[in-house]
Amino acid sequence: MRLICTVNGTQQQVDDVWEGESLLYVLRERMGLPGSKNACEQGECGSCTVLLDGLPVCACLVAAGQAEARQVETVEGMADGGALDPVQQAFLDAGAVQCGFCTPGLLVSTRDLLQRSGRPSDAETREALAGNLCRCTGYEKILDAVRLAADRLAQSGTGGHR
Amino acid sequence: MDFLQPTTWAEALEAKAAHPDAVAVAGGTDVMVGINFGHLRPSLLMDLTRVEDLQEWSIEDGAVRLGAGVSYARVIAELGTQLPGLAMASRTIGSPQIRNRGTVGGNLATASPAGDAHPALLAADAQVEVASVRGSRRIPVPDFYTGVKRNAMDADELITAVLVVPPSGPQQYSKIGTRNAMVISVAAFGLALHPDRRAVGTGIGSAAPTPRRAPAAEQFLADELTGTGLWESRAELPAATAGRFGELVADAASPIDDVRGSARYRLHALSVMACRALTWAWADYRTDTGKEV
Amino acid sequence: MSTPTPTRTPTGAPEHLTGPGRGGVGDDAQRPDGVLKVRGEFAYGSDLWMEDMLWGVTVRSPHPYARIRSIDIGAALATPGVRAVLTADDVPGEKVYGLELADQPVLALDVVRHQGEPVALVAADHPETARLAASRIHVDYEVWEPITDARAALGHPTWNQVHDSAAEVTELSRENAHLHPQGNLVRHLKIRTGDPAPTADVVVVGEYEVGMQDQAFLGPESGLAVPAEDGGVELYVATQWLHVDQRQICSALALPPAKVRLTLAGVGGAFGGREDLSMHVHACLLALHTGKPVKMSYNREESFFGHVHRHPATMRYEHGATHDGQLIYVKASIYFDGGAYASSTPAVVGNGGTMGIGPYVVPNVHVDCYGAYTNNPPCGAMRGFGSVQTAFGYESQMDALAAELGMDPVELRCRNAMEEGSPTPTGQVIDSPAPVAELLRRLEAMPMPTRVDDGEVDLRDMPGGVSNTTHGEGVRRGVGYAVAYKNVAFSEGYDDYSTARVRLEVVGGEASATVHTAAAEVGQGLVTVEQQIARTELGVKQVTVHPKDTAVGSAGSTSASRQTYVTGGAVKAACEKVRAQVLARAERLVGRTVPDLRLAGGAVVSDAEDIAVPLVDVLGDEALEETVEWHHRPTEAIDPETGQGFAHVQYAFSAHRAVVDVDTELGLVKVVEMACTQDVGKAINPQAVLGQIQGGTAQGLGLAVMEEILLKDGKVRNPSFTDYLIPTILDMPPMRIEVLEYADPHAPYGLRGVGEAPNISSGPAVLAAIRAATGLPLTRVPVRPEHLTGL
Repeated sequence: MRLICTVNGTQQQVDDVWEGESLLYVLRERMGLPGSKNACEQGECGSCTVLLDGLPVCACLVAAGQAEARQVETVEGMADGGALDPVQQAFLDAGAVQCGFCTPGLLVSTRDLLQRSGRPSDAETREALAGNLCRCTGYEKILDAVRLAADRLAQSGTGGHR
Repeated sequence: MDFLQPTTWAEALEAKAAHPDAVAVAGGTDVMVGINFGHLRPSLLMDLTRVEDLQEWSIEDGAVRLGAGVSYARVIAELGTQLPGLAMASRTIGSPQIRNRGTVGGNLATASPAGDAHPALLAADAQVEVASVRGSRRIPVPDFYTGVKRNAMDADELITAVLVVPPSGPQQYSKIGTRNAMVISVAAFGLALHPDRRAVGTGIGSAAPTPRRAPAAEQFLADELTGTGLWESRAELPAATAGRFGELVADAASPIDDVRGSARYRLHALSVMACRALTWAWADYRTDTGKEV
Repeated sequence: MSTPTPTRTPTGAPEHLTGPGRGGVGDDAQRPDGVLKVRGEFAYGSDLWMEDMLWGVTVRSPHPYARIRSIDIGAALATPGVRAVLTADDVPGEKVYGLELADQPVLALDVVRHQGEPVALVAADHPETARLAASRIHVDYEVWEPITDARAALGHPTWNQVHDSAAEVTELSRENAHLHPQGNLVRHLKIRTGDPAPTADVVVVGEYEVGMQDQAFLGPESGLAVPAEDGGVELYVATQWLHVDQRQICSALALPPAKVRLTLAGVGGAFGGREDLSMHVHACLLALHTGKPVKMSYNREESFFGHVHRHPATMRYEHGATHDGQLIYVKASIYFDGGAYASSTPAVVGNGGTMGIGPYVVPNVHVDCYGAYTNNPPCGAMRGFGSVQTAFGYESQMDALAAELGMDPVELRCRNAMEEGSPTPTGQVIDSPAPVAELLRRLEAMPMPTRVDDGEVDLRDMPGGVSNTTHGEGVRRGVGYAVAYKNVAFSEGYDDYSTARVRLEVVGGEASATVHTAAAEVGQGLVTVEQQIARTELGVKQVTVHPKDTAVGSAGSTSASRQTYVTGGAVKAACEKVRAQVLARAERLVGRTVPDLRLAGGAVVSDAEDIAVPLVDVLGDEALEETVEWHHRPTEAIDPETGQGFAHVQYAFSAHRAVVDVDTELGLVKVVEMACTQDVGKAINPQAVLGQIQGGTAQGLGLAVMEEILLKDGKVRNPSFTDYLIPTILDMPPMRIEVLEYADPHAPYGLRGVGEAPNISSGPAVLAAIRAATGLPLTRVPVRPEHLTGL
């Protein structure tokens, strides 16, 4: 089947999609956007987190056809050209990236969290990121990165809208 | 595999009538896992996310009519007052990503004994509205679950909505998992006090082939509260009553040993959860003096 | 031998890593792959892509033990879109492989010895076509009864049947009771030191069990094999040790190393699970057979069958001490279940045995440590490597002994703690700092987490979390301590080395270095360390990390906490040789010998003579390059009867304090805080050191309270992230960490390997804390709610 949707602001059309393919497979294998990672394919790890019409979802659990005419945002769309998103920069600065396989999903989830809640408490952050497994960091530096990004966004006035 | 994307309910029901083996998908949290791992290869996959009626909730004849496609995240955000038990259950489901996609309709369709919504729906006396081209019908939720991952729907039927009367008293929901987030339930318990009709609702999850109520526990507690005048006095609940209630809840279960827990533990956990849930609910009831019953 | 250029390079083939252009040894330098990773542009093995590539899948045995009567591939081959179906007959070279012993079939021969053993391969145009075809391969099995207990496999009676020899006779007299021709024993290590029949005032005996843990790296086993024009193959793969892979692949394919060229694809975590081959040979076979690039990427379920796990262990300890808490003797019997194939079981037994009584000085030691074949999934390397299991045993014993003596558990440990100059049970004298007691005392001195009691219940702070199981009812707090040690790098006489090629040249008007090693970057940050060392040694800003491949000599494995030490040592040595060349050249330029010439700030400088010659002028348009094979000081094999010998080149020490809240009625645990002290010798990258400690702590915590591959009759019952649970961000508590830097005079920069030690001491501390909260003996991990409720 044919699938047309908007990914990171650009309309994408792909053909010959098998109906059982997930949005994750289509992004990775048909649209050349492998930034969203495939680690479990059962919604348990969050490595494939993308925004679907603005909501964080596991792309592995979205049937390709369900994305028809929808807006999809992936990690590849976060940076503004050469300039990293403040959340991306904070993950680097805080040392929150080791193997990096969980990073794309965590970045998308964190960006969403900070849009909704400018200065989340640690408890809020933990509940919001509980769906993103990380095996390398023990999460401490991920929390550091979220706090750092929240501080920087608040200082620059581009943080949460709540 | 074919893919169908109806935009109206009539269209969806026509398709289901024409293809009874079609698999409906909404949040994909069960169906897509099956497809991803090659365990499920439906000849027709029918996406219900474009049927707008399913994505809404409303108040109808004093009851909440929850469209089958409303996500858990929306239940938490929008229905905490009207469906408190279900909202508490929803908060325990998966992750934010899963709650943004998963639906109560999907939980019912899968009818897993471990489904998190079921104990809350049972406790709240929910009804499931199902429909086909032949018409629609309402099934009281205890009758909906017919076996392990089996439900009372015919092959041509789809779930339209869940109907729940808003609470007249406190509700609670507890779930055991061996991790502090994102975990399938080892055992779960839902409780609703219905002071308006002097009744008690319960729901048990992951501790029997189907989600089920604990009728003897409900009857015991309702009789105790009525017999001792506690509904009216809102006095302290005797610890023995809560303890006995817990035992009766466990008595209603028939769990198995499996990879997530032992049968004996599940029985124990149910009795503890039921006792605590009742204690919390009663504390809420005692402080909620403004509401006439 | 010339290496022909491959015809095509896949999308996602690794590139040279440059930037960030600052940070020497001791600085919090940023990762050179960091920007790629946060942009989603860093390509992992599963991201490799070629226009016409095929997808390979594996058919695996559903049975733990069976004989294959026949395999029918007809229906699979006839499936449209299928390009190849291969079985053992299609393996051109050696049909078995292995890290230490070649005992594992590339594809099943006549007998399968574990569930999930690869039997056949399919390549097709689309993964779903390949999966469909795989399901159409019919394998006729004669199913045998599996051997699933390590002690039974060796014919050893169970602890409580010591005098009942009937048990051993029954197990081993069964048909097919021996999994391999040489029997079921992989290795038996003995330590015999001191009095063989010691006596003591106080004796504590305990039996302990550790379940099977999975590495659970997030990036699945994956890679892409590209057939080359010369009849060879290019393999891009996520792995831990390119050259040991190459050796095994060459053997299976009957090709020389020049025709099997490996490049490291992006690795999504490893933790030991990528030390053995997974899809490597399979993808190459399919690529060579079809003449097309073949990608293989396991899904999560297959990943649980696609790599070795941490050995489950059963252990019996007897500790004897004086009334005032001086350890007199330790006797231990330790059994590791190695599963169906040897993998690294011999070395795991080596570590488990030689360090099996913990970082304590004990005059009389009697240890028997066994590794056995069973029909359980093969077990091999995982972070901590044999020491994780024994630490649960010996640290539980120290707590039990402290209780028996009425002594504070930290005090008991400190009284018996190793220090520099102490002998190990293998007779090795520790010849660098060993601050075991200090690590514990510093932990004790750290503040305890405060309880916020504002009357509000935040479920996220409670055992059970938002699942709303307690508002404080039944919750009791407990505190536990543990200390552990672990060898760094390869041991027991293994010639352990790494190779580094360092090149210094002027690029774009600036002196810059390129570091080329085959050392696998798996997330730990070795690429950062390589840059930091080159910056410090060569005084340049720009250091490029060459893709990791087999075009340079072996770096050894990314395991045993060894790469910063060994590959770091190699990079340092290569830089020193390049520097010597530069300085010699500079002296020729200035026309005399200058004793204090050094490299700094992109120049050759002398403080004494006020010289500062820019490197660009010294180098001109010439590149200086040196390749060094760097060996750490030799270790020796231990005596087979007494276990005595200089077995280990270096030890790492860490200690943890765990604070937990346990809902004692429901058996649910919330870890409130983890504190850790560790001696790292020298923190090459302090931020990365903290990351290793935090991550290692999380994996130890996971094993203590939730992580286990559950087996029944040799079959895995939970091969998914739905039922194999690893800690989420709500399970990991805040941490307090103190890093000590007592230099090891034998190591480059005085550094000490970091990655594994914190993975070893964290779990036993959590277990001790749960014991303290509940008063239960708790002899098995992971602790399940059933154990805490007696159900």
